[in-house]
Amino acid sequence: MTADVILAGVVLAALVIYSLLGGADYGAGFWDLLCSGPRQQDQRDLIARAIQPVWETNHIWLILLVVLMFSGFPAAFSEISLGLAVPIFLILLGIALRGSSYVFRAYFTGSVRTQLYWGNVFSISSSITPLFLGMVIGAISSDAVLVKHGISENGFLRTCFQPFPLIVGILSLSLFAYLSACYLIIETDDAALQNDFRSRALFSGCVSLVAAFATYVVAGNAAQGIRDGLSRAPYVWLIEVSAAIAALAAFQALWTRRYQRARIAAAAQVALIVFGWGVAQYPYLVRPELTIYNSAAPTNIVSDLLIAVAMGAVVLIPSLILLLLVFKTHRESISVGADTTAV
Amino acid sequence: MDNFIAARSQMGMSLAFHIIFATIGVSLPLMMTISEWRWRSTGDPIYLLLAKRWAKGTTILFAVGAISGTVLSFELGLLWPRFMQYAGAVIGMPFSLEGFAFFTEAIFLGIYLYGWDRVPGWFHLLSGIIVAISGVLSAIFVTLVNGWMNTPTGFDIVAGKFQNIHPFVAMLNPAGVPEAVHMVLAAYAAAGFATAGIHGWLLLRSSRNRFDEVAIGIALLVGGTAVLLQSVSGDALARMVAAKQPMKLASLEGQFKTETGAPFRIGGLPFPDKRETNYAIDIPYGLSLLSFHNPHALIKGLDQEPESDWPNVQMVHICFQIMVGCGSLLSLFALLAGWLTWRRPPLINHKPYLKALVLVSPLGFVALEAGWMVTELGRQPWIIYHLMRTKDAVTSMPNVTITFLVMTVLYVILGVIVVWLLSRHVIATPDRKQQLVRPGVLV
Repeated sequence: MTADVILAGVVLAALVIYSLLGGADYGAGFWDLLCSGPRQQDQRDLIARAIQPVWETNHIWLILLVVLMFSGFPAAFSEISLGLAVPIFLILLGIALRGSSYVFRAYFTGSVRTQLYWGNVFSISSSITPLFLGMVIGAISSDAVLVKHGISENGFLRTCFQPFPLIVGILSLSLFAYLSACYLIIETDDAALQNDFRSRALFSGCVSLVAAFATYVVAGNAAQGIRDGLSRAPYVWLIEVSAAIAALAAFQALWTRRYQRARIAAAAQVALIVFGWGVAQYPYLVRPELTIYNSAAPTNIVSDLLIAVAMGAVVLIPSLILLLLVFKTHRESISVGADTTAV
Repeated sequence: MDNFIAARSQMGMSLAFHIIFATIGVSLPLMMTISEWRWRSTGDPIYLLLAKRWAKGTTILFAVGAISGTVLSFELGLLWPRFMQYAGAVIGMPFSLEGFAFFTEAIFLGIYLYGWDRVPGWFHLLSGIIVAISGVLSAIFVTLVNGWMNTPTGFDIVAGKFQNIHPFVAMLNPAGVPEAVHMVLAAYAAAGFATAGIHGWLLLRSSRNRFDEVAIGIALLVGGTAVLLQSVSGDALARMVAAKQPMKLASLEGQFKTETGAPFRIGGLPFPDKRETNYAIDIPYGLSLLSFHNPHALIKGLDQEPESDWPNVQMVHICFQIMVGCGSLLSLFALLAGWLTWRRPPLINHKPYLKALVLVSPLGFVALEAGWMVTELGRQPWIIYHLMRTKDAVTSMPNVTITFLVMTVLYVILGVIVVWLLSRHVIATPDRKQQLVRPGVLV
């Protein structure tokens, strides 16, 4: 295995982790939009409390992914930036609105109306951004992005506003929502709230299954390459079967209210789906032309980047474990919004 | 608007905002940690209150800075895809390291903010120190990239492409290190003086209170020390520019003619068409002396290069004058404040002193923005100095004007709200009751 492939593996790992952590935060924003019923405010509080200490850290996986892409695979980064400029710009807008509105909502403590307003901005932008993230993934899987001499052959809208990228966008949103609902259940001890998010998890899980099936069907027309990749024997099959088993386990655990197990199985399911996509995409970064090999930086750079990643991981992994230990254990003593009272 | 101009405007606008958010995000953690350390060593609750206040400011600025930083990392590709295609591999290392530093900062900021009663005291203080250090590291790594654009090193060019790249040589390029030091000191100076000014203003409006006095003490210590060190750092940077980018120095100084014993100009306005700089106060031999520590050193003028390769000499010169002027005023103020610190009665009781503090306090940010304009405009028309022109790096996407306008509106709204939030949550004198807080109580 060459250094290029290992670095691409690191980028894929960052994408998997970003989906599991950052993706779930988007999903939480989506559920924030759909909070309803007698426990509407409790649902909102639960969401706010769950993502508050971790959402910024979760977001940084995306930055890591971007910098590793442009350092390690500059040609691919450049082509994606040009051909998919429109969805990427919309992602940026979504990220900016979502992050800032989250902070603003937390700190506008005086007026309920203003808080509601920022809450809407937060939940709408959280719901839209995964669509565009998925569209970028769909577009680079489907022979749409082709740049010649600095000119995007398929223009700027036709690269992504196509059935296949759109359906991948919907798949991403439904997976993130599903994942987030599974996480949120165990963030509370209140049985009624747990039930609320359990039914949301079951519903969005079903939607994501339908979306996944639709993606596979549409790929037959639009993205034959990735579909062939998915059918490649034997190891892609193994990943797909494992994802299916994880999905079944998650549904079974949700059904029987074993929430801890449901969370782990759902995370495994989403991780395996993203990982499986990456393996099916191999060796391409941007179909149809750019592969890991022909867009990688020179070998010595890639090796140095890997060393930097290894050193970074030595600092990062213990710190992350520490963060999770401090905040995701003995949860009962967190009081929501306590730090937001005006002095 | 022309696409190229729109792309440059969008990049410039994004950086101009990011630099403010990021510098406050870099300096507030240092001040908040100093304050917490004072609380832990003296037990005086006022320091705890202050540390929590500044931590709240850090949260807001860190979040907004993370957003504007994400926007920039994407904009590099969105607006300058050809630059990233060719240079991405060369400058990727500092960006990647910055990613890790930023990560560390986020993790420990989380622990700092929400962990007052969840981790031991010493560990909480340590988290603050890690936040302060990793913030500085982020700033250094990013500025090293800008240094590389000014003095590109660490590669050979073979057949129009970068070959034999040495990422660490590229990272530690000649301009990078002095620029990074200058940037970090500028961050401390700008945010330190601004914070001191805000508390000075509060003190002028309200009655005497220890909260604002203590805040001014810490903020001025940080800002004043930084601005005094800045003159040393500025000298090192200027000598680097003189040696490596003589044309940039010439435009900073409005030096059209190549000459020995060139004067240092204070003020003045360059006229590129007449090739002279008028209305300046000339200090004979000053420029030669400052640039090479030799009064008779040869200073290359803009006449060494075709006029089409000049930057906007007027803008660069004016911005440089503003930066140096503001920096000098702040240095004077810092010296004066340091000189008078042990006076009886304490300086803080003198209204004129506080008024002067409030007046000079925004100058750090003025100097910061002006200095940034100097280095960015002074590099033009090159995106990679003498290697790639900015106009050759720009995207082929049409309608950049639209994205420029959308982002501008967004940033203006962000800026207004951040100021409003800071004024609500950070910039306010707490009443006496609140000045007696206990740890673990989130204020």
